[in-house]
Amino acid sequence: MVATEKPGNYQVVGTRPIRHDGTDKVTGRAGYGADYQAAGMLFGRVLRSPHAHARIKSIDTSKAEALEGVRGVITNADFPQPDDSQVEIGEGATTSARWMLDNVLAGEKVLYTGHAVAAVAATDPHIAEDALDLIEVEYEVLEPVMDVREAMDENAPVLHDFLRTEQIASAFGPGDMVGQKPTNVAKYLEFKAGDADAGFEEADVVVEREFTTTMAHQGYIEPHNGSAFYNRDGHITIWSSTQGAFGVRDMTAGLLQVPVSQVTCEPVEIGGGFGGKIGIYLEPLAALLSKQTGKPVKFTMTRQAVLEATGPTSGTYMRVKVGAKNDGTLTAAHVYLVFEAGAYPGSPMGAGAMCALAPYQVPNAHVEGYDVVLNKPKVAAYRAPGAPASEYAVESVMDEVAQQLELDPMDFRLKNAAVEGSRRPDGAVYGVIGNEEVMEVVKSSDHYRSELQGENRGRGVAMGFWFNVGMESSAYASVQADGTVSLSLGSADIGGTRASIAMQLAETLGISAEDVKPQVVDTDSVGYTMVTGGSRTTFAGGWAAYESAMDIRRQMEERAAAIWDVDRDQVSYSDGGVNGPADDDGNARSMTFKELAGQLAGSGGMIQGRADVNSMEAGPAFAGHIVDVEVDPETGKVDILRYTAVQDAGTAIHPSYVEGQIQGGVAQGVGMALTEEYFYAPDGRLLNSSLLDYRMPTALDLPMIETHIVEVPNPGHPYGVRGVGEVPIVPPAPAIANAIADAIGLRMRDLPMSPRAMLEELLPDEG
Amino acid sequence: MTDRMIVSATINGEPLEFLADQRDSLLEALRERIGLTGTKEGCNDGNCGACSVLMDGRLVNSCLVMAAEVEGADVTTVEGLATEDGLIPLQQAFLEEAALQCGICTPGFLVASKALLDANPNPTEYEARYWLAGNLCRCTGYDKIIRAVLKAAEA
Amino acid sequence: MQALKVVRPTTIAEAIEQLNEGGDGARPLAGGTDVIVIARARVRDIDVLVDVKQIPELTAIEWDPDSGLTIGAATPCYELYGNADVVQNYPAIIDSATLIGGTGIQGRASFGGNLCNSSPSGDTIPTQIVLEGVANIAGPNGERSVPVEDFCTGPGRNVLGQGEFVVSISFPAPDASGGARFLRFIPRNEMDIAVCNAASAVKLDGDTVRWARVSIGAVAPTPLLVQGAADALVGKPLTDETIEAAAEASKDAATPIDDMRGSIKQRKHLSAVLTRRTLQQAARRARGEDIPSVGGH
Repeated sequence: MVATEKPGNYQVVGTRPIRHDGTDKVTGRAGYGADYQAAGMLFGRVLRSPHAHARIKSIDTSKAEALEGVRGVITNADFPQPDDSQVEIGEGATTSARWMLDNVLAGEKVLYTGHAVAAVAATDPHIAEDALDLIEVEYEVLEPVMDVREAMDENAPVLHDFLRTEQIASAFGPGDMVGQKPTNVAKYLEFKAGDADAGFEEADVVVEREFTTTMAHQGYIEPHNGSAFYNRDGHITIWSSTQGAFGVRDMTAGLLQVPVSQVTCEPVEIGGGFGGKIGIYLEPLAALLSKQTGKPVKFTMTRQAVLEATGPTSGTYMRVKVGAKNDGTLTAAHVYLVFEAGAYPGSPMGAGAMCALAPYQVPNAHVEGYDVVLNKPKVAAYRAPGAPASEYAVESVMDEVAQQLELDPMDFRLKNAAVEGSRRPDGAVYGVIGNEEVMEVVKSSDHYRSELQGENRGRGVAMGFWFNVGMESSAYASVQADGTVSLSLGSADIGGTRASIAMQLAETLGISAEDVKPQVVDTDSVGYTMVTGGSRTTFAGGWAAYESAMDIRRQMEERAAAIWDVDRDQVSYSDGGVNGPADDDGNARSMTFKELAGQLAGSGGMIQGRADVNSMEAGPAFAGHIVDVEVDPETGKVDILRYTAVQDAGTAIHPSYVEGQIQGGVAQGVGMALTEEYFYAPDGRLLNSSLLDYRMPTALDLPMIETHIVEVPNPGHPYGVRGVGEVPIVPPAPAIANAIADAIGLRMRDLPMSPRAMLEELLPDEG
Repeated sequence: MTDRMIVSATINGEPLEFLADQRDSLLEALRERIGLTGTKEGCNDGNCGACSVLMDGRLVNSCLVMAAEVEGADVTTVEGLATEDGLIPLQQAFLEEAALQCGICTPGFLVASKALLDANPNPTEYEARYWLAGNLCRCTGYDKIIRAVLKAAEA
Repeated sequence: MQALKVVRPTTIAEAIEQLNEGGDGARPLAGGTDVIVIARARVRDIDVLVDVKQIPELTAIEWDPDSGLTIGAATPCYELYGNADVVQNYPAIIDSATLIGGTGIQGRASFGGNLCNSSPSGDTIPTQIVLEGVANIAGPNGERSVPVEDFCTGPGRNVLGQGEFVVSISFPAPDASGGARFLRFIPRNEMDIAVCNAASAVKLDGDTVRWARVSIGAVAPTPLLVQGAADALVGKPLTDETIEAAAEASKDAATPIDDMRGSIKQRKHLSAVLTRRTLQQAARRARGEDIPSVGGH
């Protein structure tokens, strides 16, 4: 755990205080969504489709309604029917209200196995479950489309009759509708920089390869939940383990067609999200059933439903072509991406396209992407959405190019590293970035320089990139008479952000982290705050905390001036207190934060600071990983022997949680690389909808994960934060693929590189 | 239809009689009938360890125990770990080592780790990883959890 | 969870009566790590769970150096690896007991439950087969004993009739010249269902194999006792060639299916690999070498 030198002379930033919510979380006191309980509460359950693609001909709920203990049953028809207007769903993505409702409860068609069809509320969870068996649904089963390339075929069964391809030239912008016929291809994206054809002409070496990846689930250990109480005055209160309480409020209000002021989303703890708990699944069901029954209603999702019906990340088909000169200079790249969107448009293809070549200067590039619907669950964001797939493909090809040129893989990367001022193929120009610094630390690390011995062992490296955009966060900080500050935040705390945000407030005020009491509050008690996601929470939340501390400092300066009866301009806040001009006896005037806090009540009242920041600036983060593997050539199993992750964090506010984010990202990346996949039967049933067969790494599958935090401060943030959560999931798969190639000379171009897939390559064909 | 029964057991050191359904698992009884929600449901089929509890001193997945089987048994949940003297060394080590992020797997890990240290006060890293392999964590990559357990073993 | 009742008999006779009365809807509840999942998934009609763990015989471990070992069918795995006699005399039992599920599962799961669940991939069954285990069954028509290799009749199916259940499993005393080993292959290092598993037991006269048993799992509708593997070894010296012949016999005996957990090609190949590895390690145990199970056991 090497930290480079401290960029700033900080007292609190860079230390490792115990998180403020820690005791609640080690004693079982912390309240997660599923822990919600209320007198008279009903239990909700969801009936789900056994078919991947079918038209719903009829739903008869009468027998279920007649079951003793059942209080309500709803279907799509019980919701106010939306128009096709687009609604914002966070991270720049939009969907239509129609699609959102149809995903919550199927409308005319079910589009994937596990698609919700009806919901029940009953006095007992077992009764609610029994009631599901009594709901009669008549389906007209349709042919499912399960392969993304087949879905693009013009003769493929079409999921949505109204869908036409939209052609776009920027990842999140509007585009032009092209094509007249119904299609499964929702979007086509294209970026061009320079002249790719000419670039390939210049190259001495050209490598072109095909890759596929399967869907992979975020795999949060806490299944989704959603509870609601519809008061007699029409006010709806929601308890939901979500990454974004404001988003849940807005989306639920939208589906119920009530003003947002009529919905309050209560803060509850969230048991992991990784992007998958931004959308809504259960909250509108609970709200509508509560309206019908007059009782609070709690829904919890089964693990099977989580895997069948909540958003994984896209499976993909990709082609990458890279050209380079003999001296290692890149001349051109062509990246072709086809991403599964699931049942409704909206894959992270755009982000995947922008990230694909991000660590490099590629003079001539052509990047294309397709967003394609098929009969699988609608994908959701998953940690650096889109990047693990596209960068896996690119980093695998880069490794092969370096190998063909007989160049050290890090030297090759360093030669082509994107730097400040480099322009990505999508047009973005980098500010201050730590890409080269990360590459240098990788190259000079003990791990990289150590010798790897033993048969069937190999070492691989790969780079990764993610944007880290700030966006909107608010904070409200209230000074207490005892010299502490209560800090109200709107960001769900999934991994220690109460602490990392409180630390930035403490640093700004010159007080200790322990003297800040951060809490996550409901949507009526703090300003608008976007989702905890996109590695933006410590970035933007910390910025809001900084601004609210600056607000407090200004007011404290004014108050001190009033107390001392001196000019406002003569008082300044520094070193944890206010300092003024010397008094008549020549003694310096100063008060610590605590001293002044104690005087506030008697000198005009308490002080609160508040802030709302909305930064569209990015704090790009780069990561470089090194992995040693051992392959058992008889079983195809890959063991991780040693793992080192290097990452530019900008500034590591709480290094323990930065390390934790990196280690967690690596673990998810290893799962994606080696064992996690979706097995669909030809008829569209998901065969491995349990944590037995959806194989996430266990403690026995991983070594300790060494982390090296590089700190190239982000000039666009008061403390130089870049955000750390996303990028560590990007390099593991290509690093492992490259290590396997180093170990046994086998290039694996499909994820996961499971023992089965490895043996398929290693064993001779036997007729 | 519900089919209720009264179960008598010792929960976190206190004798307790509670009403449960014949169909309830121990996990469901703890959470929905008794109100001890510290024990978490992650998969409900024994593959994640979030619902780990000690039953008569032995580590079990409470989702795979019927409430009816708890009659006369002694059950310890995460709520029963801390003592009058405060947090136990494991809980303290989890805090100091930042061994939790979202915290949903933490109760299960703490209970499983308690069982480990009761059985093997000085585990190796490998033994700790093996013992805890039935507890999934998706946030930490296990590194800091294993460090915390080994640190608590030294305490 | 489907609607059901849990009953807790304290004698074998009471359990037989409850199982018999319950008919097809009655199932014994041992560790519950399979049957509770099945009842919750509503995939079979179960309306009575007969918790057999209050019956003393079902959780007893009896060891005698002459007559061997009898373990109550519901004895949880942790009781096996916590029992010095079992650890010392039947290391292959410890191999299986420590590989099943996680530690929490091992706190409940039992060899009898694993056998009666009769999954082709059950991780205790090849071990029970090569150790010449016999299932002691009680039922309305009295007691009977069935060799474990004859117990399973298909995926999830076995020889038990209405009202019958397994009380215990008996193993003969180990031979001083013998050794046994169980291994399985899974994609992760813990927690998965076997893609393929295998157990081997040998008794040696110097370098010559006097007796051998090989069993493979997850490659046929039931775990298999591979006679051809034993034939390839018995009376011959234990060499790379004879071991390879036994491994080939396992591969020939395997008739696996293609499913999400493994392909035909992969499973046939692994049945040979695991036969070879278990034979090599069983022989080393036979020669007195200490080959640990997993997890420090």
